Formats: sequence, C-alpha cells, structure tokens
Amino acid sequence: MNKFASAEELTRYQGELKRKTNGALKTISLCGGTGCKACGCNEIHTKLVEELNLREIRADIKVTGCQGFCEMAPLIVIRPDDTLYIQVKPRDIPEIVEKSIAGNEIVDRLVYHDSDGKPIPKESDVPFYKAQLRLVSKKTPYIDPMEIDDYIALGGYSALAKVLTSMSPEEVISEVKKSGLRGRGGGGFPTGRKWESCRKAEGERKFVICNADEGDPGAFMDCALLEGNPHQVLEGMLIGAYAIGSSEGFIYVRHEYPRAVQTFSNALFQAGEYGLLGKNILGTDFSFEVAINRGGGAFVCGESTALMASLEGRVGEPRAKYIHTVEHGLFNLPSNLNNVETWATVPAIIDMGVEEFTKIGNEKNKGTKMFSLVGKIKNTGLIEVPLGATLRQVVFDIGGGIAKEKAFKAIQTGGPSGGLLPEGMLDLPVDFDKLWEAGSMMGSGGMIVMDEDNCVVNISRYFLNFLKDESCGKCLPCREGIRYMMEILEKIEKGEGTMEDLETLEEIAHTVADTSICGLGKSAPNPVLSSLTYFKDEYIAHIKDKKCPGGICKALINYYILEDKCNGCGVCAKVCTMNAITGKKDQVHRIDLDLCEKCGACLESCPTEAIVRR
Amino acid sequence: MLQVEMNKKKVDAELDEMLAGYERDRTEVIMVLQDIQDKYNWLPQEALTYVAKNWQIPMTDMYHIVTFYKAFSLKPRGKHILQLCLGTACHVREAPFILDALERDHGIKNRETTDDGLFTLETVNCVGACAQGPILIIDGQMRGNMTQTKVGGIIRKLRKAHKEEVAENE
Ligand SMILES: Cc1cc2nc3c(=O)[nH]c(=O)nc-3n(C[C@H](O)[C@H](O)[C@H](O)COP(=O)(O)O)c2cc1C
Ligand code: FES
Ligand code: FES
Repeated sequence: MNKFASAEELTRYQGELKRKTNGALKTISLCGGTGCKACGCNEIHTKLVEELNLREIRADIKVTGCQGFCEMAPLIVIRPDDTLYIQVKPRDIPEIVEKSIAGNEIVDRLVYHDSDGKPIPKESDVPFYKAQLRLVSKKTPYIDPMEIDDYIALGGYSALAKVLTSMSPEEVISEVKKSGLRGRGGGGFPTGRKWESCRKAEGERKFVICNADEGDPGAFMDCALLEGNPHQVLEGMLIGAYAIGSSEGFIYVRHEYPRAVQTFSNALFQAGEYGLLGKNILGTDFSFEVAINRGGGAFVCGESTALMASLEGRVGEPRAKYIHTVEHGLFNLPSNLNNVETWATVPAIIDMGVEEFTKIGNEKNKGTKMFSLVGKIKNTGLIEVPLGATLRQVVFDIGGGIAKEKAFKAIQTGGPSGGLLPEGMLDLPVDFDKLWEAGSMMGSGGMIVMDEDNCVVNISRYFLNFLKDESCGKCLPCREGIRYMMEILEKIEKGEGTMEDLETLEEIAHTVADTSICGLGKSAPNPVLSSLTYFKDEYIAHIKDKKCPGGICKALINYYILEDKCNGCGVCAKVCTMNAITGKKDQVHRIDLDLCEKCGACLESCPTEAIVRR
Repeated sequence: MLQVEMNKKKVDAELDEMLAGYERDRTEVIMVLQDIQDKYNWLPQEALTYVAKNWQIPMTDMYHIVTFYKAFSLKPRGKHILQLCLGTACHVREAPFILDALERDHGIKNRETTDDGLFTLETVNCVGACAQGPILIIDGQMRGNMTQTKVGGIIRKLRKAHKEEVAENE
C-alpha cells in the first residue's frame, strides 16, 4: 500500500472500497467485546469458521468491538438484513449458517423477544437499540477494529481530509466552539475553548493528549471505543492537533485494558502506512506522531496534571489548578488533554456539520453521550443517548427496568465523584448542569442502577473506600477526611452509629470538598452528601432501628428460610460451611442463627429462592 | 512467604535483551517496569537496581514509583493469579461476598499469595464486562456471573490439578 499523497487519493480509495463491499457477500458481525468474550464468543468464532468451511459457503466474518447489548452476549448480526441473534451457543451455529447465511430465513428462537413474546429479528427494532441515538458509537458494529479499510469504507478519515484541505486551524476551532462540544471526561469543559487557549499559548512544541485512563470503577465506554473503533479516536486527535498546532501526541491507557493498547497500536501502525499519520499527512505540511503510554493503575492519574506527571515517568500527584496545563502542561509545555469520547466525537461533528450536530441535545449540552448502563437492570450494556434524555428513558426505555421484578432504589452516576439519585429524580434530564444541580455529576459515563436489595450506606462506604485507597495522600483534607468519613460509615453499617455522627459526617464532607487540592478530594464527598440528601431515612434506619433496609449490612441482618417456599432439597445445608442449617430430606429446613456466619452461600444456591435476608 | 531465587547476572542479561528497544528515557520507566512485571510476574530487587542504573533514576524515586502505582508487586506472585473485579457494577452484584468466601473457605486472602505459592488474589476495578458481573479473572481468562459455589469449584479443580502435577513429577 502506498501512502496517500493527497486527499483526492483517499477519496478515490474510499470509492473503490465501497464498490468492493457493496452487497457482495453476507457479513456476519460477531461481537468480540469484553462482555461477549466473557461469554465465550471465541468458541463461536471457531465454530462459525468451521461450519462455513464445511459447507463451502463464502461470507465475511467481522469480529467487532462491543456492540452494546452485553446483557444478551454473545451477539451475532447477519448483514445486510441486520438480523440480530442473541445469547448464541456454539451448537446454534449450524442452524444459523444453514438458515440465515446459506438461506434467507430467520431462526426465530434465537432472536430477541419482547415482553409479550413477540420476536423482533431486526437489530434496529429491538427496544434497547431503538431508544438510543448512536453517533459516536455508530460505526463500531460494522468495523473490524484491526482493519483500517473497514473504517475508511464507512467514510473514515474524510473529516480529516476536509479539515486539512479546506479549513484553517482557526476555522476548525471556531467550528468546534460553535458545536458546543463539552469534554466527555466528566468536567464538561468547552472543548473549542480549550483548543483555542492551547493554540494561543506560547511555545514551539505543543502536545495533544488522549485521556484513556477511565478510572471510574463502573464504566467502560472509553475501553469500548478504543477496542471497537480506534481510528475514530485517532482521527479526532489528528484534527485537534492540526487545530492546535501540535505535532506530538500521547495516549495514556489504563493498564487493565491490554486489548485497547493492542487495537490502538495497530491503528497507529496502519494509519502510518496509509500516510494518515507521520510526516506530511495526505501530502500536506501537517505532521503528527502519537506515542502510547500504559498507566500504572492509579485512579488519580486520570486527573490532568497527575496524568502528565505520570507521562513524564514520575509519580502521579496532581498539582494546584492555578497553573493551566494548556500553557504549562507536559514537560512544562502547552498541552491539550481530552477524553477518548471527546476525541471520537470530533470527526462526527465535522462530518455531519455543526448545524446538524447542534440539533441534538439541549441548549447548553449538545450532541450525544455514551454510558455504561449496569447493575440491577434488565438490559445492561453500552448505550448512547442525546444529552438531555431523561434518566427514566435510560432506565426504562433502554434498560427495560429493574431485573427480577424488584423495586428501583437508586441510580448512581459520575462514579466515585458522583451521586445517588432516587426514584423521584427519574425525570431529570441527563446533562452536565442538571446532574450537577441535583448533587451528582455526569462523570465519564458510568450509570449503576440499584434495586431494593442494595444498601445506600454500603454503596457510599464503597466509594469512600475506593477513594481512600486512591487518594495520593499529598493534601491533608483528602487523605484524612476521606478516611474519617469512612470510619463513620463503617460504624453506621455495624449499627453503632449515632445521630450526631450524621452531623459530623456532613461537616467533614463540606470541609473536604472545599479544601482539597484536586478534583478527587473536591468531589469525594458527593456520594455521601447526595445519599444524605435523598436517602437519609436509610441512614436513620441503621442508626435508630438497627435495620439495614437493603439487607446488606451483616451486623444488622439475619438469614431466614421461608417455610412455604422450602422444598427440603437440602442444597443449602450442603453448602453451609458452618453446619448451621439442619432439616430432614423433603422437609422444611432451619438456620441456626447462633452458628450462622451470614456468608450468603445458602441464599445464592437455593433453587426455590426460599432463603431471604432481612 | 513465597521465596524465589534470582540470579543478578541472569536477570541483567535477560533484561538487556528484553528492553533493548527502549531509549532509556525517563518517560519510559513505568512501561519498562510493566514489561518486567509481565515477564517475572513481579518486580525483583535485581530488576529495580537494573532499571535505576540504566535509566539513571535514584533508588528512592524507584521505590516511590513502584509503591504508588497499583500495577506493581514487590513480592513474588503465585502460579495462578486470581483477579476479582470489585468495580461498582460487580460490587452491587455482591462481589464482596465472593471475596469473603475466598478467604473463609479457601484461605486465599486479598493482595496475598498462599503459602504453597499456588494462588495470588488481587482485586481490580471494572474490566468492561459489567453485564456479566461479578467477574473473576483466572490467569487472564475472564469468567462471568461468579458465585461462591462456582468459585469453590474452580479453586478445588486447580488445587487438584496441581496435586496431580506434583505427584507425576515425583
Ligand atoms: C480524580 C480525577 C480522575 C479523573 N479521571 C479521568 C478519567 O479517567 N478519564 C478522563 O477522561 N478524565 C478524567 N478526569 C478529568 C480530567 O482531569 C480532565 O478534565 C479530562 O480528561 C479532560 O478531557 P475532556 O475535556 O475531554 O473531558 C479525572 C479528574 C479527576 C479530578
Ligand atoms: S461485549 Fe458484546 S455487546 Fe458488549
Ligand atoms: S464492574 Fe466489574 S466488570 Fe465492570
């Protein structure tokens, strides 16, 4: 492959690719995202290849990144009909190949069925997808992330070509400003303004950095983008670098994502081969290189100044905010840091144009946002919605409501810096400002749904424990304040809390928020404060009634066997390591509360759901 | 604690070869340490001295770095590495119960290696498979929808396989 010497060559190649792929063969797009991997999509791949060879059928197999509907993993979509098969097992493959690939039939039993039992074979008709608006994650289900041609065939790198050949850097910045794009890494800072400051900053050398540290412990959007469509992220960085006037880029990837490092390295290599990266890109004066750095596993390194310290090979300790990284960032030189999803949104804006883009979203929040919708919900997965969609739409229209007919308790957004929102807030529009006003945060996009069996005190303690471990320890309010708040919550979990503790808790929370150096400490009290606002009664139940409404806090609960449900099968007695459960075969069993260690093994293994904790 | 014999000359030679592609620039140090850890499963003292010398980084800085970042282990790790996800989604699906079970029923403690050197248990935060949580990664292999009972089965199986291996070698 020769390097493209001009934008026209790229366009010509694009045309060739489109002609080649147009309706020639059926495509089997097999999800190879982490969720589907955990459910055995590798075996399905093997079986698929075997079966096609056996029957001498030609078809294109594309192993894609996460397609979104992880709940139904492993997924297969047959294109061009877009028939979606869910929870596919290797033994289903012969039937799929025979009916859907050799023939044009649909295997009814393997498609999605709605709550009335009606089959919905077409991917885009499935409610989970129908209620979404996919802009940034749109191409992922059609792309083999290791193949640059797949991306180019779908119009990839035309935004870059357009920018390099018809727009000045200032015009690019102006477009991004007009688009209203705000940083998807959590803070929601206007991207165009950041680029402009960095462009204006004095300095010959400037850096463009991609934040792929994805520290929120319940989120995987950035992972999915890098694993599923690395070229789109790279294209965004290229456009940004051109606008800012930078020729050196970095991407800082969390070490738990080895696969993302692989796909992105491969993307860099392929883009280099095509002349889309390196010297004189598309035959212009613009040159750009990107280096990959793997993080060392520290949440605070997602913070901009800590990340840059870590890139320099030092310990990732943040510094005070009054020194701006756009002027004095990496190696003390002007640096522009954006989140993975922010970068990936940029080509979409250029492609569709500002006018179309700004039609999506609400007044101050334009475009879409990806979320990982997880927890106690029916349809867990990776989703994308217009900013300003309500929590209710997300939880019920897309998520399908709470799993196992339980009651909704709370939704957590913004990870350890965010908050818990109750049922009464479900009509809140999901945007940067509204979530902030409600005491939570957009964060990077984790949405964790909790049901009646979760405990609010326990979740708040969970986040504090996480932050206690992750605080770099440099400033006192964060280091000591978080630890102290956590100790109070532990006391409450044990039923030893007092009402004064709640006041102390609130007081420390405000001090930590007001006096910490970096965003970690400043936002650390959010989970506690929001839960005190919306779920104070649960705290009081722990303190006054010595009860845990969610049935989680060990000191306040016991396990019981429901007589009418127990069929005397004896499984619980077998798994109990304390020998606390007794009963004759086929007769109701009992738990000896004095012996019970409350490990929950019996509850988990009871086939008739006869064991409860309360 | 698990003891592992390290030979300084051998380590130096191995690292010379493995790290030849690096430019010995300070910015590389975290990745160099990761490569070393991938090779040995931990960071032996000999390797730290090697990096300090070749990358010209004071030993105090080296320790600051390897203790700050959670990816690094200064102790030898076991034959099987168990990584339990305690990310938020796995937490709300009761991953902590599995953590307790590993210690209570199988003597495997978080951030420790069992005396027989067979298991090291670590916890991680979200590995991107929340829909299948709780997640346990066994030597890089992801297993979803974990329960105390399933974990018990996995541990017993690995212990049995190890015993048979030992017996065969004798
Ligand atoms: C403690 C802490 C952790 C953070 N972690 C991340 C992260 O994992 N990923 C991310 O993109 N931004 C993270 N941020 C936000 C970054 O500091 C920064 O604002 C962002 O990367 C800028 O990109 P954006 O404008 O595109 O959002 C974190 C901030 C703080 C204070
Ligand atoms: S990993 Fe396959 S749908 Fe998410
Ligand atoms: S929280 Fe465990 S995989 Fe996401």
